[in-house]
Amino acid sequence: MSEKGNPGRPLLLQGNEAVVEGALAAGCRFFAGYPITPATEISEVMSVKLPAAGGVFIQMEDEIAALGAVIGASLAGAKAMTATSGPGFSLMQENLGFAIIAEVPCVIVNVMRGGPSTGLPTHVSQGDVQQARWGTHGDHPIIVLAPATTRDCFELTVLAFNLAEKFRIPVILLSDEVVAHTREKVCLPHPSEIEVVERLKPTMPPEWYIPYEDTPRGVPPMASFGDGYRYHVTGLIHDVRGFPTERPDEIVPFLNRLFRKIRQHFHEICRVEEFLTEDAELLVVAYGSVARSARRAVIDARARGVRAGLVRLITLWPFPRRLLEPHLGRVRTVLVPELNMGQMAREVKRINRGLTRVETLNRIDGRLIPPEQVLDLLLKLHR
Amino acid sequence: MAERLEIRLAGSGGQGVILAGVVLAEAAGIHEGREVAQTQSYGPEARGGAARAEVVISDGEIDYPKAMQPDILLCLSQRACDAYVFDLKPDGTILVDAELVQHLPTTRAVALPFARLAREQVGEVLMANMVALGALAALTGVVSLKSLEAAVQTRVPQGHRKKALAALEVGALAAREHLAQKETYRPTESDADPL
Repeated sequence: MSEKGNPGRPLLLQGNEAVVEGALAAGCRFFAGYPITPATEISEVMSVKLPAAGGVFIQMEDEIAALGAVIGASLAGAKAMTATSGPGFSLMQENLGFAIIAEVPCVIVNVMRGGPSTGLPTHVSQGDVQQARWGTHGDHPIIVLAPATTRDCFELTVLAFNLAEKFRIPVILLSDEVVAHTREKVCLPHPSEIEVVERLKPTMPPEWYIPYEDTPRGVPPMASFGDGYRYHVTGLIHDVRGFPTERPDEIVPFLNRLFRKIRQHFHEICRVEEFLTEDAELLVVAYGSVARSARRAVIDARARGVRAGLVRLITLWPFPRRLLEPHLGRVRTVLVPELNMGQMAREVKRINRGLTRVETLNRIDGRLIPPEQVLDLLLKLHR
Repeated sequence: MAERLEIRLAGSGGQGVILAGVVLAEAAGIHEGREVAQTQSYGPEARGGAARAEVVISDGEIDYPKAMQPDILLCLSQRACDAYVFDLKPDGTILVDAELVQHLPTTRAVALPFARLAREQVGEVLMANMVALGALAALTGVVSLKSLEAAVQTRVPQGHRKKALAALEVGALAAREHLAQKETYRPTESDADPL
């Protein structure tokens, strides 16, 4: 653990430590969690740094309570976060749905390890990609970001808080064991270089406040508990005043608004990183730690005369289809390497609709796909 | 492409190979200004089980953060040696604990008794990782001893720092003696074909 935090000076940080630095830079002042490998370092470092920054750290009895506490803190006005891995993420699904329907901004870090169940506690996996999308019941929107480097862990944690605050939605930072435990040299930016977004608060007198009233952006201003604005928060479908409703003319506009606030801001939320894609014949689509192997494989393939390129998905959900679609019509083959049985490949196939050939490379033994495995397949596909 | 140097430190859980990796990465990255990535792999056990740390050092951006074909391999157990020796680059350096690794898979391996030196000269067998790190630095020049010492100051808990610094020195000395022996070596009668 580093005691140093002054910006500009290079630090050797683990992905998990960089998540903490990012959270603090974004203004996180509440953390509730329950330790679990390979996410424990986030709780560990938070327990030291958050109280020192004037915030609150609390270790809860389990992950259900952890997300419950985070939701409560956020409703009281604090930027709040929790961190876990697969088994704990499963327990959080019910409260995740609550945060979505009640529109409570918060950040949930899920450091993926081998599953299902307790699975492979110390080994890497990307098995929670679809769980992050659909793990909680009911039709719902969600934002999921996937870091690949220590620097990403810092920047995407800041972005996760910003998006959560801007759209009043839980944002999941979907890290993995390799990203979380790799130590790299990073220079953290000066606070003045970081954009930090705060949720909109009501400015009208309390008696005029309609907590869930639609706005052009689809995101109503959010009053903090204790500010004098009384309103009702429930997991039931509610009317604009926050009280349960079963009237179709209130249900439909409410759910439509939940989806619309994300859909009409796709361009702001969806991010990818392109590498040597302009003239690529073979396109690798990867995310998280696997994207690092893929980048290396693309470089090695180019050295052998194969025109390969990489699109690294930074936003996993909403799926950045508009950024990927133009490539599909142009390349000969798309390769999707992942540490699962093809959870993201099915999204690529869904939007492909016959435009190109989609190949998969799947590894589920708890080990990272090495560059040569991607390279071998690229060379084979090139022939 | 930028020069890329890969180091794998392997042993059993509890021997401190991961801490050794962190100290090495801090020395190269923070104190010598190189790009570094340090990764680790271990089982769920607190002690025993296989543990390994890898450090990639480069002058350019590091894409794949793990070792593909290590340039330097340090083994603190027979199991680690057996598992990884043939991953080594053909002209790579292999460094093993002379007592914990009884069966040497190649005559090129440099065998020094890290654990014994730690026990006898540092007074703490747990410092075998730091003795090995000191030897590795002196033998390969991948980082300077000075940078390792600076990294120990920030990465090793205060109560153990003095011993860790002494251990680096002991290891470096052992490696230098080994190198000196190698240089002054002349074939003697007894080395000649006994038949």
